[in-house]
Formats: sequence, C-alpha cells, structure tokens
Amino acid sequence: MSLRTPLSQARGLGAAKEGAGHWWAQRLTSAFLVPLVLWGAFSVAMLGDLSHAGLVAWVQKPLVSAPLIALLLVVFWHLELGLRVIVEDYVHLAWLKVAVIVLVDFAVLLLAVAAVAAVAGIAFR
Amino acid sequence: MSQPDSRPLSPHLQVYRLPLTALLSILHRFTGVVLALGMAPLTGVLVAAAADAALYEQLRALLSAWWGQALLALWTGALYFHLCTGIRHLFWDAGLGFDVAVAFRTSLWTVAAALALTALTWLAALWVRGMLA
Repeated sequence: MSLRTPLSQARGLGAAKEGAGHWWAQRLTSAFLVPLVLWGAFSVAMLGDLSHAGLVAWVQKPLVSAPLIALLLVVFWHLELGLRVIVEDYVHLAWLKVAVIVLVDFAVLLLAVAAVAAVAGIAFR
Repeated sequence: MSQPDSRPLSPHLQVYRLPLTALLSILHRFTGVVLALGMAPLTGVLVAAAADAALYEQLRALLSAWWGQALLALWTGALYFHLCTGIRHLFWDAGLGFDVAVAFRTSLWTVAAALALTALTWLAALWVRGMLA
C-alpha cells in the first residue's frame, strides 16, 4: 500500500486552468519591451562618452536609472519565458527537462539580480 | 502495407528549401537564444561599472576592438530582428496577417525594418562621435 493518493497519477496530465499564464506573460513582456528596447539601444548608441565617468553620470540620472531597471527586469523575465519554451520543446527526458529549467532559472535569477543591483549601486553611489 | 505508398514524403531536411516564413520563424528562436546569452557579458559590464572602474575600462577596450564592435553589431542586428519578428507575432496573436501572400510580404518588411534599425543605431553612434564625414 502506498501513501500516494490517486491524485498524483492525474497531476500534470490535464488542464490546470493556468495554461494561458505563460502565453500572456510572454506577450505582455514583449509589448513592454518594444519601447524599452528602442529607448535603451538608441540611448546607449547616442551616448558619446562611454568612459566609466560618462556611463556613471548617465546611469545616475533618475530618468535613466528607473527605465533602465524596468528594461532589465522585463528583459530577464521575457528571456526566462522564452528559454523555458525552448527547453520544453527540445528536452524530452522528464527529469533532465526539469533539471535544465531549474539551472536556467537559477542563472537568469542570478544575472537579473546582479544587473539590477549594479544599476541601483551606480544610481545611489 | 497492402498498397504501394505513392504519397510524397513530408519535408525532407536535406533537400527541403525552407520557405521564407519558416526561416524567419527558426531565426526568431535562434536570435532569442543569442540575445539571452549576450545578457551575461552585458550584465558583467554593468557589474564592472558598479564595482570596479579599472575592470570596466578593460572590458570597454575589449568591446572597442574591431571584433568587439563586430560582435556588438551582430548582437544589435539579432536584437532588431527579434524585435521586428516579435512585433509581427503580436499582430498574428491579434489574428492579423495570416494570409500566405501577406505573411511573405511582412517577412520582407520585418527583415528590411531590422536592417534599417540596425543601420540607424550604428549611424547614430558614429554621428555622435563625429565619425561621419
């Protein structure tokens, strides 16, 4: 006799009523990223002085650090959603799929925290 | 089987020429991975800028070398390609542009827009630095 209820046999096999969540988040983040990426790319391109002092002075402007942090947060959120789909599409071994997603998520979280902390650190130095 | 199967094989990878729409589809995914991977060194540059000015200047020197600029140019190209095909995906999500002829035409538009935005960004960067005659 097992302590597992029959519920465990059904888990993961049917609708969990949250299937649209990932899809919607991917669309929402991509829509947010259109203006943010255009702003970020053209701002950095047109920043004449990319020396350390020049970059710090630019990031310290409130109208730069705030959208920059927003851009980074949405970028990392969006790329996690995308990488997850790719892993789910191509890695079929169940335990390996979960392991890769956990590793990817950990790396993304680490990078996201480092990037946002860096911008905040420059802004408040 | 009881009768010879004369139906054509489904797309055979070695002889099958991807339609433009399919090529753009797989490139959208590929550029997504490239952009994600690029966020690692980019974050490294940000952390260096926050923590170690000398290290930041070293990284800046690397990115200023011809191959660093080439990598950056390819990455911005991937960025704008992914952005443009992504915008087309949003139109598809709204149910617009599924006609085959329209999808082919918007494929050309997205590639043209991506190239134009990449060129515009780099021209702006060169112009700001007074490197345009």
